[in-house]
Amino acid sequence: MNNDRILIVIPAYNEETRVGDVVRDVKSTLPHVDVLVVDDGSADRTAAEAAEAGAITLSLPVNSGYGAALQTGYKYGVRGRYEILGQIDADGQHRAEFLPPMLDALREGDVDVVIGSRFLDRDGHYQPSLARQVGIGLFARIASLVTRQHVSDPTSGLQLMRIDVARFFCSDVYPADYPDADILILLYRSGYRVREVPVQMSPSPGQSMHSGHRSLYYVYKMTLSILVTVLRPPTRRPQHREQAND
Amino acid sequence: MISTNTRIVAIAGSVMLLLLIVELVRRRRMKEEYSVLWVATSLVLIILAAWGGSLHFLTHAIGAVSESSTLYFFGLLFVIFLLLHFSVRVSLLERRLTALVQEIALLTHNSTGPPHLEELAGGDGVSGERRQEPQSQREDVTRA
Repeated sequence: MNNDRILIVIPAYNEETRVGDVVRDVKSTLPHVDVLVVDDGSADRTAAEAAEAGAITLSLPVNSGYGAALQTGYKYGVRGRYEILGQIDADGQHRAEFLPPMLDALREGDVDVVIGSRFLDRDGHYQPSLARQVGIGLFARIASLVTRQHVSDPTSGLQLMRIDVARFFCSDVYPADYPDADILILLYRSGYRVREVPVQMSPSPGQSMHSGHRSLYYVYKMTLSILVTVLRPPTRRPQHREQAND
Repeated sequence: MISTNTRIVAIAGSVMLLLLIVELVRRRRMKEEYSVLWVATSLVLIILAAWGGSLHFLTHAIGAVSESSTLYFFGLLFVIFLLLHFSVRVSLLERRLTALVQEIALLTHNSTGPPHLEELAGGDGVSGERRQEPQSQREDVTRA
């Protein structure tokens, strides 16, 4: 199973200074994978830098949001018949060295999505602001309650998944703005198995998507999104896919 | 009670509104789907204007004091419903726009890695449903 076709998706918006290094980081850690950078309508040279670093690039003609860019990557992965799909942020916050252990966790079986959690090993290497800590903690608690399993880092954008999950995310179930704890609950209710793996992250050097005036909207959006996800009838995963993976 | 002059103006105004809506639909400036709420409203307005007792009855029924406040109440209710309807339409349009933007990116992608071009032109088996819009909706786009 070691020669799976793997695609790592990097959604990027105005990251010309960092995206190249992220692509090279992934390529040097996992030389056999394809790297796809989805340029979310950037005004700078993001796509060109990514292509120079050796990535496949897709450019959205208009800025459509983190979730929409990521979903474009899922669609590419599904249509390109990849078997495993990964995602990593373009701002250099995630380090590719944690992808191989995550890949091992996914290959061990019994799991469909592996999420890199910065809070799992509790060594305190990552210190977010108090507001962020409260927000992440609150939704981690809610997600843990609903999914009846320990969720420590619902906002993590460092993930690996089987292609079934990406196919599931290609439909309208996927939130176009930013996926978060609601996606974990959706996965749980749809019968997918999620596992967290401890990773280390650098503090995001750029503007976080949850920063400033948007943090209040984030709390509102996530509360509402979790509520309606729980209220919706569960979408069952396609049964025939299960055999293909086992 | 409403004076005869007021009544004539009210009836004329309501009938004109109804005619305007029918004309907009005839010229395909408004889709039949959107006209439902408007036609219903103008019909209600015609009834209220032509049959004075109806407004009086309605005012009593909802416990209002003056007939004008009844009109304002229902007018506001109509506007709120209309705005809600538009929010729903805008959300739907945004979803479609995102799907189109993604499709454009997938179709015009510049690749330095191994491409699977033949696969890219629609094969996830999910977004296909978006391409099958009813005929009438497609016509409107071209005529607009």
